[in-house]
Amino acid sequence: MSIRLEHLNYIYSPGTAYEKHALKDICLEIPSGEFVGIIGHTGSGKSTLIQHFNGLVKATDGKLFYNGENIYEQGYDMRNLRNEVGLVFQYPEHQLFEIDVMTDVCFGPKNQGLSPEECKKRALEALRLVGLKEKYYHVSPFELSGGQKRRAAIAGVLAMRPKVLVLDEPTAGLDPKGRDDILDQVAYLHKQTDMTVILVSHSMEDIARYADRIIVMDHGEVMYNDEPKSVFAHYKELERAGLAAPQVTYIMHDLKEQGLPVDIDVTTVNEAADEIMKALGNRVSETSESEQMEKER
Amino acid sequence: MIRDITIGQYYPAKSILHRLDPRVKLVSTLLYLISLFLFKSIAGYLVATVFLIGIIRASKVPFGYIVKGLKPIVMLLMITVVFNLFLQKDGEILLRVWRFNITTVGLRNAVYMAVRLIYLIIGSSLMTFTTTPNELTDGIEALLHPLNRIHVPVHEVAMMMSIALRFIPILLEETDKIMKAQQARGADFESGNIIQRAKSMIPILVPLFVSAFRRAYDLAMAMEARCYRGGEGRTKMKPLKYHGRDRAAYVTMIVYTAAVVLVGRYVPFKVWIF
Repeated sequence: MSIRLEHLNYIYSPGTAYEKHALKDICLEIPSGEFVGIIGHTGSGKSTLIQHFNGLVKATDGKLFYNGENIYEQGYDMRNLRNEVGLVFQYPEHQLFEIDVMTDVCFGPKNQGLSPEECKKRALEALRLVGLKEKYYHVSPFELSGGQKRRAAIAGVLAMRPKVLVLDEPTAGLDPKGRDDILDQVAYLHKQTDMTVILVSHSMEDIARYADRIIVMDHGEVMYNDEPKSVFAHYKELERAGLAAPQVTYIMHDLKEQGLPVDIDVTTVNEAADEIMKALGNRVSETSESEQMEKER
Repeated sequence: MIRDITIGQYYPAKSILHRLDPRVKLVSTLLYLISLFLFKSIAGYLVATVFLIGIIRASKVPFGYIVKGLKPIVMLLMITVVFNLFLQKDGEILLRVWRFNITTVGLRNAVYMAVRLIYLIIGSSLMTFTTTPNELTDGIEALLHPLNRIHVPVHEVAMMMSIALRFIPILLEETDKIMKAQQARGADFESGNIIQRAKSMIPILVPLFVSAFRRAYDLAMAMEARCYRGGEGRTKMKPLKYHGRDRAAYVTMIVYTAAVVLVGRYVPFKVWIF
Protein backbone atom coordinates (compact mmCIF):
# COMPACT_ATOMS: atom_id res chain seq x y z
CA MET A 1 0.00 0.00 0.00
CA SER A 2 2.85 2.34 -0.69
CA ILE A 3 2.56 5.83 -2.10
CA ARG A 4 5.35 7.02 -4.34
CA LEU A 5 5.74 10.49 -5.82
CA GLU A 6 8.06 11.16 -8.72
CA HIS A 7 9.02 14.70 -9.66
CA LEU A 8 5.62 16.02 -8.70
CA ASN A 9 4.90 19.67 -9.46
CA TYR A 10 1.79 21.63 -8.75
CA ILE A 11 1.04 25.16 -9.90
CA TYR A 12 -2.02 27.08 -8.74
CA SER A 13 -3.93 29.08 -11.40
CA PRO A 14 -1.25 28.85 -14.08
CA GLY A 15 -1.15 31.73 -16.53
CA THR A 16 -2.86 34.27 -14.27
CA ALA A 17 -1.72 36.88 -11.80
CA TYR A 18 -2.48 34.42 -9.01
CA GLU A 19 -0.04 31.82 -10.32
CA LYS A 20 1.81 30.03 -7.54
CA HIS A 21 4.26 27.18 -7.73
CA ALA A 22 3.00 25.30 -4.69
CA LEU A 23 4.94 22.06 -5.04
CA LYS A 24 8.36 21.85 -6.65
CA ASP A 25 9.73 18.58 -7.90
CA ILE A 26 8.61 16.42 -5.00
CA CYS A 27 10.05 12.89 -4.82
CA LEU A 28 8.83 10.83 -1.91
CA GLU A 29 8.00 7.32 -0.92
CA ILE A 30 5.69 6.36 1.91
CA PRO A 31 5.78 2.61 2.52
CA SER A 32 2.88 0.66 3.91
CA GLY A 33 2.35 0.68 7.66
CA GLU A 34 4.51 3.66 8.40
CA PHE A 35 3.57 6.58 10.64
CA VAL A 36 4.82 9.65 8.79
CA GLY A 37 4.73 13.21 10.04
CA ILE A 38 4.63 16.11 7.59
CA ILE A 39 5.61 19.44 8.98
CA GLY A 40 6.15 22.89 7.50
CA HIS A 41 5.29 26.53 8.01
CA THR A 42 2.00 28.00 6.79
CA GLY A 43 1.91 27.98 3.01
CA SER A 44 4.76 25.50 2.62
CA GLY A 45 2.59 23.19 0.51
CA LYS A 46 1.71 20.52 3.09
CA SER A 47 -2.03 20.65 2.53
CA THR A 48 -1.63 20.76 -1.24
CA LEU A 49 0.70 17.79 -1.07
CA ILE A 50 -1.65 15.55 0.89
CA GLN A 51 -4.57 16.33 -1.42
CA HIS A 52 -2.58 14.62 -4.14
CA PHE A 53 -2.51 11.37 -2.17
CA ASN A 54 -6.14 10.56 -2.91
CA GLY A 55 -6.32 12.29 -6.26
CA LEU A 56 -8.41 15.30 -5.19
CA VAL A 57 -5.81 17.59 -6.71
CA LYS A 58 -4.16 16.59 -9.94
CA ALA A 59 -0.48 17.37 -10.27
CA THR A 60 0.48 19.82 -13.00
CA ASP A 61 3.43 17.61 -13.76
CA GLY A 62 4.95 14.39 -12.45
CA LYS A 63 3.74 10.98 -11.40
CA LEU A 64 2.06 9.50 -8.35
CA PHE A 65 2.06 5.76 -7.83
CA TYR A 66 -0.26 4.00 -5.44
CA ASN A 67 0.69 0.35 -5.04
CA GLY A 68 2.84 0.71 -8.11
CA GLU A 69 0.02 2.02 -10.32
CA ASN A 70 0.20 5.49 -11.79
CA ILE A 71 -3.02 7.19 -10.68
CA TYR A 72 -2.87 9.71 -13.53
CA GLU A 73 -3.12 6.99 -16.12
CA GLN A 74 -6.34 6.90 -18.13
CA GLY A 75 -8.99 4.67 -16.64
CA TYR A 76 -7.47 4.56 -13.17
CA ASP A 77 -10.18 3.93 -10.58
CA MET A 78 -10.17 7.17 -8.57
CA ARG A 79 -13.13 6.09 -6.48
CA ASN A 80 -11.26 3.07 -5.29
CA LEU A 81 -8.24 5.23 -4.49
CA ARG A 82 -10.45 7.48 -2.38
CA ASN A 83 -11.80 4.45 -0.56
CA GLU A 84 -8.31 3.32 0.28
CA VAL A 85 -6.74 6.65 1.13
CA GLY A 86 -8.88 8.39 3.73
CA LEU A 87 -8.28 12.10 3.99
CA VAL A 88 -9.31 14.03 7.08
CA PHE A 89 -9.23 17.73 6.26
CA GLN A 90 -8.35 20.56 8.57
CA TYR A 91 -11.37 21.39 10.73
CA PRO A 92 -13.18 18.28 9.51
CA GLU A 93 -16.19 19.17 11.66
CA HIS A 94 -17.10 21.68 8.95
CA GLN A 95 -18.11 18.81 6.71
CA LEU A 96 -20.81 17.46 9.02
CA PHE A 97 -24.27 17.80 7.54
CA GLU A 98 -26.58 14.94 8.48
CA ILE A 99 -29.43 14.92 10.98
CA ASP A 100 -27.54 12.81 13.47
CA VAL A 101 -24.00 11.65 14.09
CA MET A 102 -24.72 8.05 13.13
CA THR A 103 -26.16 8.96 9.72
CA ASP A 104 -23.28 11.31 9.06
CA VAL A 105 -20.67 8.66 9.79
CA CYS A 106 -22.61 6.30 7.51
CA PHE A 107 -22.23 8.74 4.59
CA GLY A 108 -18.82 7.39 3.54
CA PRO A 109 -19.68 3.67 3.67
CA LYS A 110 -22.99 4.42 1.92
CA ASN A 111 -21.09 6.01 -0.94
CA GLN A 112 -18.97 2.89 -1.11
CA GLY A 113 -22.17 1.06 -1.97
CA LEU A 114 -22.41 -1.04 1.19
CA SER A 115 -25.66 -2.35 2.61
CA PRO A 116 -27.33 -0.31 5.39
CA GLU A 117 -26.47 -2.99 7.96
CA GLU A 118 -22.83 -3.02 6.94
CA CYS A 119 -22.75 0.80 6.97
CA LYS A 120 -24.11 0.81 10.48
CA LYS A 121 -21.65 -1.82 11.61
CA ARG A 122 -18.72 0.14 10.24
CA ALA A 123 -20.04 3.40 11.65
CA LEU A 124 -20.36 1.89 15.12
CA GLU A 125 -16.85 0.51 14.86
CA ALA A 126 -15.46 3.88 13.75
CA LEU A 127 -17.32 5.79 16.46
CA ARG A 128 -15.96 3.42 19.08
CA LEU A 129 -12.46 3.83 17.68
CA VAL A 130 -12.55 7.60 18.06
CA GLY A 131 -13.95 7.25 21.55
CA LEU A 132 -17.22 9.09 21.12
CA LYS A 133 -19.74 8.17 23.79
CA GLU A 134 -22.80 6.20 22.76
CA LYS A 135 -25.25 8.82 24.01
CA TYR A 136 -24.13 11.13 21.21
CA TYR A 137 -24.77 8.72 18.34
CA HIS A 138 -28.28 9.93 17.73
CA VAL A 139 -27.77 13.62 18.48
CA SER A 140 -27.48 16.27 15.77
CA PRO A 141 -23.79 16.76 15.00
CA PHE A 142 -24.27 20.51 15.39
CA GLU A 143 -25.14 20.08 19.07
CA LEU A 144 -21.80 18.50 19.95
CA SER A 145 -18.83 20.33 21.43
CA GLY A 146 -15.82 21.17 19.25
CA GLY A 147 -13.79 18.12 20.28
CA GLN A 148 -16.73 15.76 19.90
CA LYS A 149 -17.53 17.15 16.45
CA ARG A 150 -13.94 16.56 15.43
CA ARG A 151 -14.16 12.94 16.62
CA ALA A 152 -17.41 12.38 14.78
CA ALA A 153 -15.89 13.80 11.59
CA ILE A 154 -12.78 11.64 11.87
CA ALA A 155 -15.05 8.65 12.43
CA GLY A 156 -16.76 9.59 9.18
CA VAL A 157 -13.51 8.88 7.34
CA LEU A 158 -12.51 5.87 9.44
CA ALA A 159 -15.85 4.20 8.73
CA MET A 160 -14.66 3.77 5.16
CA ARG A 161 -11.88 1.54 6.52
CA PRO A 162 -9.07 3.26 4.64
CA LYS A 163 -5.72 1.57 4.34
CA VAL A 164 -3.96 4.92 4.48
CA LEU A 165 -5.19 7.62 6.84
CA VAL A 166 -4.11 11.18 6.12
CA LEU A 167 -4.85 13.76 8.80
CA ASP A 168 -4.40 17.48 8.14
CA GLU A 169 -3.76 19.16 11.48
CA PRO A 170 -6.33 17.08 13.32
CA THR A 171 -5.64 18.90 16.58
CA ALA A 172 -5.91 22.53 15.43
CA GLY A 173 -8.01 24.53 17.86
CA LEU A 174 -8.35 21.77 20.45
CA ASP A 175 -7.31 22.00 24.10
CA PRO A 176 -4.27 19.98 25.27
CA LYS A 177 -6.37 17.10 26.51
CA GLY A 178 -8.42 16.91 23.34
CA ARG A 179 -5.21 17.01 21.35
CA ASP A 180 -3.57 14.17 23.26
CA ASP A 181 -6.76 12.11 23.16
CA ILE A 182 -7.07 12.33 19.41
CA LEU A 183 -3.40 11.70 18.69
CA ASP A 184 -3.28 8.76 21.14
CA GLN A 185 -6.34 7.36 19.41
CA VAL A 186 -4.64 7.68 16.03
CA ALA A 187 -1.45 6.05 17.35
CA TYR A 188 -3.56 3.24 18.81
CA LEU A 189 -5.30 2.75 15.47
CA HIS A 190 -1.95 2.64 13.73
CA LYS A 191 -0.76 -0.13 16.07
CA GLN A 192 -4.02 -2.06 15.99
CA THR A 193 -4.81 -2.07 12.32
CA ASP A 194 -1.43 -1.63 10.70
CA MET A 195 -2.82 1.36 8.87
CA THR A 196 -0.42 3.78 7.21
CA VAL A 197 -0.82 7.12 8.94
CA ILE A 198 0.26 10.46 7.51
CA LEU A 199 -0.03 13.22 10.06
CA VAL A 200 0.30 16.87 9.09
CA SER A 201 1.04 19.13 12.01
CA HIS A 202 2.60 22.36 13.13
CA SER A 203 3.70 20.93 16.41
CA MET A 204 7.12 19.32 16.46
CA GLU A 205 6.28 17.83 19.87
CA ASP A 206 3.31 15.92 18.49
CA ILE A 207 5.16 14.70 15.46
CA ALA A 208 8.22 13.69 17.49
CA ARG A 209 6.07 11.64 19.83
CA TYR A 210 4.32 9.57 17.20
CA ALA A 211 6.04 9.61 13.83
CA ASP A 212 8.58 7.05 12.57
CA ARG A 213 9.72 9.50 9.95
CA ILE A 214 9.40 13.23 9.38
CA ILE A 215 9.03 15.07 6.11
CA VAL A 216 9.81 18.76 6.44
CA MET A 217 8.33 21.01 3.76
CA ASP A 218 9.70 24.45 3.00
CA HIS A 219 8.39 26.70 0.21
CA GLY A 220 6.98 23.79 -1.75
CA GLU A 221 10.08 21.65 -1.50
CA VAL A 222 11.03 18.70 0.66
CA MET A 223 13.65 20.06 3.02
CA TYR A 224 14.26 16.93 5.12
CA ASN A 225 12.93 13.41 4.91
CA ASP A 226 14.40 11.37 7.71
CA GLU A 227 13.83 9.85 11.12
CA PRO A 228 12.98 12.34 13.86
CA LYS A 229 16.33 12.55 15.65
CA SER A 230 18.23 13.17 12.42
CA VAL A 231 15.77 15.89 11.42
CA PHE A 232 15.93 17.58 14.82
CA ALA A 233 19.72 17.54 14.71
CA HIS A 234 19.26 20.31 12.10
CA TYR A 235 17.39 22.47 14.60
CA LYS A 236 19.18 25.62 13.51
CA GLU A 237 18.15 25.14 9.88
CA LEU A 238 14.61 24.32 11.02
CA GLU A 239 14.47 27.65 12.79
CA ARG A 240 15.51 29.39 9.62
CA ALA A 241 12.58 27.69 7.84
CA GLY A 242 10.21 29.16 10.42
CA LEU A 243 9.99 25.97 12.44
CA ALA A 244 11.60 24.73 15.60
CA ALA A 245 12.77 21.46 17.08
CA PRO A 246 10.89 20.09 20.09
CA GLN A 247 11.71 21.87 23.32
CA VAL A 248 13.52 18.82 24.68
CA THR A 249 16.06 19.13 21.89
CA TYR A 250 16.97 22.60 23.13
CA ILE A 251 17.10 21.48 26.76
CA MET A 252 19.31 18.52 25.92
CA HIS A 253 21.67 20.69 23.90
CA ASP A 254 21.87 23.18 26.78
CA LEU A 255 22.49 20.43 29.31
CA LYS A 256 25.21 18.98 27.17
CA GLU A 257 26.83 22.39 26.90
CA GLN A 258 26.72 22.69 30.67
CA GLY A 259 28.68 19.49 30.90
CA LEU A 260 26.03 16.88 31.64
CA PRO A 261 26.75 13.79 29.49
CA VAL A 262 23.32 13.35 27.91
CA ASP A 263 22.33 11.98 24.52
CA ILE A 264 21.20 14.97 22.45
CA ASP A 265 19.29 12.79 19.98
CA VAL A 266 16.29 12.08 22.18
CA THR A 267 13.05 13.48 20.81
CA THR A 268 10.29 13.02 23.38
CA VAL A 269 9.83 14.25 26.92
CA ASN A 270 9.84 10.73 28.37
CA GLU A 271 13.04 9.76 26.66
CA ALA A 272 14.61 13.01 27.76
CA ALA A 273 13.57 12.40 31.37
CA ASP A 274 15.10 8.90 31.29
CA GLU A 275 18.24 10.23 29.72
CA ILE A 276 18.66 12.98 32.31
CA MET A 277 17.96 10.58 35.16
CA LYS A 278 20.54 8.24 33.75
CA ALA A 279 23.17 10.96 33.46
CA LEU A 280 22.39 12.27 36.95
CA GLY A 281 22.14 8.74 38.32
CA ASN A 282 25.66 7.96 37.16
CA ARG A 283 26.89 10.98 39.00
CA VAL A 284 24.86 10.23 42.13
CA SER A 285 25.95 6.61 42.20
CA GLU A 286 29.56 7.66 41.67
CA THR A 287 29.44 9.98 44.64
CA SER A 288 27.53 7.53 46.81
CA GLU A 289 30.00 4.80 45.95
CA SER A 290 32.96 6.92 46.99
CA GLU A 291 31.12 7.87 50.19
CA GLN A 292 30.55 4.26 50.96
CA MET A 293 34.16 3.43 50.35
CA GLU A 294 35.18 6.18 52.73
CA LYS A 295 32.83 4.81 55.39
CA GLU A 296 34.20 1.36 54.97
CA ARG A 297 37.64 2.69 55.55
CA MET B 1 -14.61 24.45 -11.48
CA ILE B 2 -16.24 27.33 -9.67
CA ARG B 3 -12.93 29.15 -9.52
CA ASP B 4 -13.02 29.54 -13.27
CA ILE B 5 -15.76 32.13 -13.07
CA THR B 6 -13.85 35.32 -13.73
CA ILE B 7 -16.75 37.73 -14.22
CA GLY B 8 -16.90 40.28 -11.44
CA GLN B 9 -13.52 39.38 -9.98
CA TYR B 10 -10.61 41.63 -9.25
CA TYR B 11 -7.48 41.14 -11.31
CA PRO B 12 -4.41 42.58 -9.61
CA ALA B 13 -2.10 44.48 -11.94
CA LYS B 14 -0.35 47.82 -12.03
CA SER B 15 -2.08 49.95 -14.59
CA ILE B 16 -3.44 53.46 -14.92
CA LEU B 17 -6.94 51.98 -14.79
CA HIS B 18 -6.25 50.28 -11.47
CA ARG B 19 -5.10 53.58 -10.01
CA LEU B 20 -8.10 55.63 -11.11
CA ASP B 21 -10.58 56.85 -8.55
CA PRO B 22 -13.44 54.34 -8.27
CA ARG B 23 -15.99 57.12 -8.81
CA VAL B 24 -14.45 57.86 -12.19
CA LYS B 25 -14.63 54.20 -13.13
CA LEU B 26 -18.23 53.87 -11.99
CA VAL B 27 -19.39 56.96 -13.86
CA SER B 28 -17.34 56.05 -16.93
CA THR B 29 -18.70 52.51 -17.03
CA LEU B 30 -22.23 53.79 -16.78
CA LEU B 31 -21.52 56.32 -19.51
CA TYR B 32 -19.98 53.65 -21.72
CA LEU B 33 -22.94 51.33 -21.26
CA ILE B 34 -25.36 54.11 -22.20
CA SER B 35 -23.20 55.16 -25.14
CA LEU B 36 -23.58 51.70 -26.66
CA PHE B 37 -27.26 52.42 -27.20
CA LEU B 38 -26.88 55.89 -28.68
CA PHE B 39 -26.01 54.90 -32.25
CA LYS B 40 -27.07 52.42 -34.85
CA SER B 41 -24.36 52.35 -37.46
CA ILE B 42 -21.15 50.53 -38.11
CA ALA B 43 -19.16 53.74 -37.82
CA GLY B 44 -20.35 54.13 -34.24
CA TYR B 45 -19.40 50.55 -33.48
CA LEU B 46 -15.94 51.13 -34.89
CA VAL B 47 -15.39 54.03 -32.51
CA ALA B 48 -16.71 51.99 -29.55
CA THR B 49 -14.47 49.07 -30.52
CA VAL B 50 -11.35 51.18 -30.85
CA PHE B 51 -12.09 52.76 -27.48
CA LEU B 52 -12.71 49.40 -25.83
CA ILE B 53 -9.49 47.93 -27.23
CA GLY B 54 -7.63 50.96 -25.93
CA ILE B 55 -9.12 50.50 -22.46
CA ILE B 56 -8.33 46.77 -22.44
CA ARG B 57 -4.72 47.50 -23.38
CA ALA B 58 -4.51 50.18 -20.70
CA SER B 59 -5.93 47.84 -18.05
CA LYS B 60 -3.13 45.26 -18.52
CA VAL B 61 -5.67 42.48 -17.94
CA PRO B 62 -4.90 39.63 -20.36
CA PHE B 63 -7.43 39.45 -23.18
CA GLY B 64 -7.92 35.71 -22.72
CA TYR B 65 -8.84 36.28 -19.11
CA ILE B 66 -11.51 38.80 -20.13
CA VAL B 67 -12.92 36.44 -22.77
CA LYS B 68 -13.19 33.69 -20.16
CA GLY B 69 -15.54 36.01 -18.28
CA LEU B 70 -17.95 35.89 -21.23
CA LYS B 71 -18.61 32.18 -20.76
CA PRO B 72 -21.59 32.57 -18.41
CA ILE B 73 -23.45 34.78 -20.91
CA VAL B 74 -23.04 32.53 -23.95
CA MET B 75 -26.54 31.12 -23.45
CA LEU B 76 -28.10 34.56 -23.17
CA LEU B 77 -26.18 35.63 -26.23
CA MET B 78 -27.44 32.68 -28.28
CA ILE B 79 -31.04 33.32 -27.33
CA THR B 80 -30.75 36.99 -28.27
CA VAL B 81 -29.19 36.19 -31.61
CA VAL B 82 -31.67 33.44 -32.48
CA PHE B 83 -34.70 35.55 -31.61
CA ASN B 84 -33.49 38.56 -33.55
CA LEU B 85 -32.46 36.46 -36.48
CA PHE B 86 -35.62 34.46 -37.00
CA LEU B 87 -38.45 36.54 -35.65
CA GLN B 88 -37.84 39.77 -37.55
CA LYS B 89 -40.28 40.21 -40.44
CA ASP B 90 -39.18 43.58 -41.86
CA GLY B 91 -36.59 44.01 -44.55
CA GLU B 92 -35.41 41.99 -47.50
CA ILE B 93 -35.48 38.22 -47.19
CA LEU B 94 -31.99 36.76 -47.36
CA LEU B 95 -32.59 33.14 -46.52
CA ARG B 96 -35.52 30.87 -45.87
CA VAL B 97 -35.25 28.24 -43.16
CA TRP B 98 -38.39 26.08 -42.95
CA ARG B 99 -41.07 28.56 -41.85
CA PHE B 100 -38.74 31.30 -40.78
CA ASN B 101 -37.16 34.04 -42.84
CA ILE B 102 -33.83 35.62 -42.17
CA THR B 103 -34.15 39.24 -43.24
CA THR B 104 -31.60 42.00 -43.57
CA VAL B 105 -33.09 43.85 -40.62
CA GLY B 106 -33.08 40.66 -38.56
CA LEU B 107 -29.46 39.91 -39.35
CA ARG B 108 -28.43 43.46 -38.60
CA ASN B 109 -30.26 43.53 -35.29
CA ALA B 110 -28.88 40.16 -34.28
CA VAL B 111 -25.28 41.20 -34.93
CA TYR B 112 -25.75 44.61 -33.29
CA MET B 113 -27.36 43.10 -30.19
CA ALA B 114 -24.68 40.45 -29.84
CA VAL B 115 -21.89 43.00 -30.14
CA ARG B 116 -23.64 45.32 -27.71
CA LEU B 117 -24.09 42.59 -25.13
CA ILE B 118 -20.48 41.49 -25.41
CA TYR B 119 -19.24 45.07 -25.10
CA LEU B 120 -21.57 45.63 -22.16
CA ILE B 121 -20.14 42.66 -20.30
CA ILE B 122 -16.53 43.45 -21.20
CA GLY B 123 -16.98 47.09 -20.27
CA SER B 124 -18.46 46.35 -16.87
CA SER B 125 -16.09 43.50 -16.09
CA LEU B 126 -13.16 45.78 -16.88
CA MET B 127 -14.39 47.93 -14.03
CA THR B 128 -14.52 45.00 -11.60
CA PHE B 129 -11.21 43.63 -12.86
CA THR B 130 -9.47 46.90 -12.08
CA THR B 131 -11.29 47.93 -8.91
CA THR B 132 -11.13 46.10 -5.60
CA PRO B 133 -14.51 45.45 -3.97
CA ASN B 134 -13.63 47.89 -1.21
CA GLU B 135 -12.84 50.69 -3.64
CA LEU B 136 -16.02 49.89 -5.49
CA THR B 137 -18.22 50.26 -2.43
CA ASP B 138 -16.37 53.40 -1.41
CA GLY B 139 -17.10 54.79 -4.83
CA ILE B 140 -20.76 53.81 -4.70
CA GLU B 141 -21.11 55.25 -1.25
CA ALA B 142 -19.57 58.55 -2.34
CA LEU B 143 -21.68 58.75 -5.50
CA LEU B 144 -24.92 57.92 -3.71
CA HIS B 145 -24.15 60.20 -0.78
CA PRO B 146 -26.72 62.85 -1.86
CA LEU B 147 -29.47 60.25 -1.33
CA ASN B 148 -28.81 60.52 2.42
CA ARG B 149 -30.94 63.67 2.34
CA ILE B 150 -34.01 61.64 1.44
CA HIS B 151 -33.22 59.16 4.21
CA VAL B 152 -31.72 56.40 2.15
CA PRO B 153 -29.25 54.56 4.44
CA VAL B 154 -26.41 54.87 1.92
CA HIS B 155 -23.61 53.90 4.27
CA GLU B 156 -25.42 50.83 5.54
CA VAL B 157 -26.23 49.69 2.02
CA ALA B 158 -22.62 50.23 0.97
CA MET B 159 -21.38 48.32 4.02
CA MET B 160 -23.69 45.42 3.26
CA MET B 161 -22.49 45.42 -0.33
CA SER B 162 -18.85 45.42 0.63
CA ILE B 163 -19.40 42.59 3.11
CA ALA B 164 -21.29 40.59 0.52
CA LEU B 165 -18.56 41.14 -2.05
CA ARG B 166 -15.84 40.37 0.47
CA PHE B 167 -17.51 37.06 1.26
CA ILE B 168 -17.74 35.81 -2.31
CA PRO B 169 -14.16 34.52 -2.50
CA ILE B 170 -14.33 33.21 1.07
CA LEU B 171 -17.48 31.23 0.41
CA LEU B 172 -16.10 29.99 -2.91
CA GLU B 173 -13.05 28.69 -1.12
CA GLU B 174 -15.23 27.18 1.56
CA THR B 175 -17.37 25.46 -1.06
CA ASP B 176 -14.27 24.08 -2.67
CA LYS B 177 -13.03 22.74 0.65
CA ILE B 178 -16.34 21.16 1.57
CA MET B 179 -16.67 19.60 -1.87
CA LYS B 180 -13.24 18.06 -1.52
CA ALA B 181 -13.97 16.84 1.99
CA GLN B 182 -17.16 15.13 0.83
CA GLN B 183 -15.43 13.74 -2.25
CA ALA B 184 -12.84 12.27 0.09
CA ARG B 185 -15.78 10.47 1.72
CA GLY B 186 -16.80 9.11 -1.64
CA ALA B 187 -19.45 11.68 -2.60
CA ASP B 188 -20.18 11.92 -6.30
CA PHE B 189 -21.52 15.15 -7.77
CA GLU B 190 -21.34 14.34 -11.44
CA SER B 191 -23.29 11.20 -12.20
CA GLY B 192 -26.98 10.42 -11.85
CA ASN B 193 -30.12 12.14 -13.08
CA ILE B 194 -31.11 15.66 -12.16
CA ILE B 195 -32.87 14.68 -8.91
CA GLN B 196 -29.95 12.57 -7.73
CA ARG B 197 -27.59 15.37 -8.57
CA ALA B 198 -29.71 17.89 -6.70
CA LYS B 199 -29.72 15.54 -3.74
CA SER B 200 -25.96 15.19 -3.90
CA MET B 201 -25.71 18.94 -3.29
CA ILE B 202 -27.11 18.58 0.24
CA PRO B 203 -23.77 17.50 1.73
CA ILE B 204 -22.30 20.71 0.33
CA LEU B 205 -25.13 23.13 1.00
CA VAL B 206 -25.78 22.27 4.64
CA PRO B 207 -22.17 22.79 5.79
CA LEU B 208 -21.94 25.86 3.58
CA PHE B 209 -24.97 27.48 5.17
CA VAL B 210 -23.77 26.57 8.64
CA SER B 211 -20.42 28.13 7.89
CA ALA B 212 -21.96 31.25 6.34
CA PHE B 213 -24.05 31.83 9.46
CA ARG B 214 -21.10 31.17 11.72
CA ARG B 215 -18.99 33.66 9.78
CA ALA B 216 -21.76 36.26 9.79
CA TYR B 217 -22.14 35.88 13.51
CA ASP B 218 -18.39 36.14 14.10
CA LEU B 219 -18.16 39.20 11.88
CA ALA B 220 -21.03 40.93 13.67
CA MET B 221 -19.33 40.27 16.99
CA ALA B 222 -15.99 41.53 15.70
CA MET B 223 -17.59 44.70 14.35
CA GLU B 224 -19.39 45.38 17.61
CA ALA B 225 -16.22 44.69 19.56
CA ARG B 226 -14.60 47.46 17.54
CA CYS B 227 -17.50 49.81 18.34
CA TYR B 228 -19.07 49.88 14.90
CA ARG B 229 -22.29 51.88 15.12
CA GLY B 230 -23.11 52.66 11.52
CA GLY B 231 -22.00 55.47 9.29
CA GLU B 232 -22.74 58.52 11.39
CA GLY B 233 -19.63 60.48 12.30
CA ARG B 234 -17.40 57.80 10.82
CA THR B 235 -14.31 59.00 9.00
CA LYS B 236 -12.27 57.16 6.41
CA MET B 237 -8.66 56.11 6.50
CA LYS B 238 -8.33 56.68 2.79
CA PRO B 239 -10.83 59.35 1.73
CA LEU B 240 -11.46 59.46 -2.01
CA LYS B 241 -9.68 62.31 -3.75
CA TYR B 242 -9.60 63.30 -7.40
CA HIS B 243 -6.17 63.51 -9.02
CA GLY B 244 -5.04 64.84 -12.38
CA ARG B 245 -5.44 61.44 -14.02
CA ASP B 246 -9.04 61.25 -12.81
CA ARG B 247 -9.88 64.56 -14.43
CA ALA B 248 -8.13 63.43 -17.59
CA ALA B 249 -10.22 60.25 -17.51
CA TYR B 250 -13.44 62.26 -17.23
CA VAL B 251 -12.39 64.40 -20.19
CA THR B 252 -11.54 61.27 -22.20
CA MET B 253 -14.96 59.84 -21.45
CA ILE B 254 -16.75 63.00 -22.49
CA VAL B 255 -14.73 63.18 -25.72
CA TYR B 256 -15.44 59.50 -26.42
CA THR B 257 -19.16 59.83 -25.80
CA ALA B 258 -19.39 62.91 -28.01
CA ALA B 259 -17.34 61.19 -30.72
CA VAL B 260 -19.36 58.01 -30.69
CA VAL B 261 -22.65 59.89 -30.89
CA LEU B 262 -21.51 62.25 -33.61
CA VAL B 263 -19.78 59.60 -35.70
CA GLY B 264 -22.61 57.14 -35.17
CA ARG B 265 -25.17 59.66 -36.35
CA TYR B 266 -23.48 61.65 -39.07
CA VAL B 267 -20.74 59.57 -40.69
CA PRO B 268 -22.50 57.80 -43.58
CA PHE B 269 -20.08 54.89 -43.65
CA LYS B 270 -21.80 51.64 -44.60
CA VAL B 271 -20.69 48.08 -45.27
CA TRP B 272 -23.35 46.01 -47.09
CA ILE B 273 -26.45 46.06 -44.89
CA PHE B 274 -24.78 47.29 -41.74
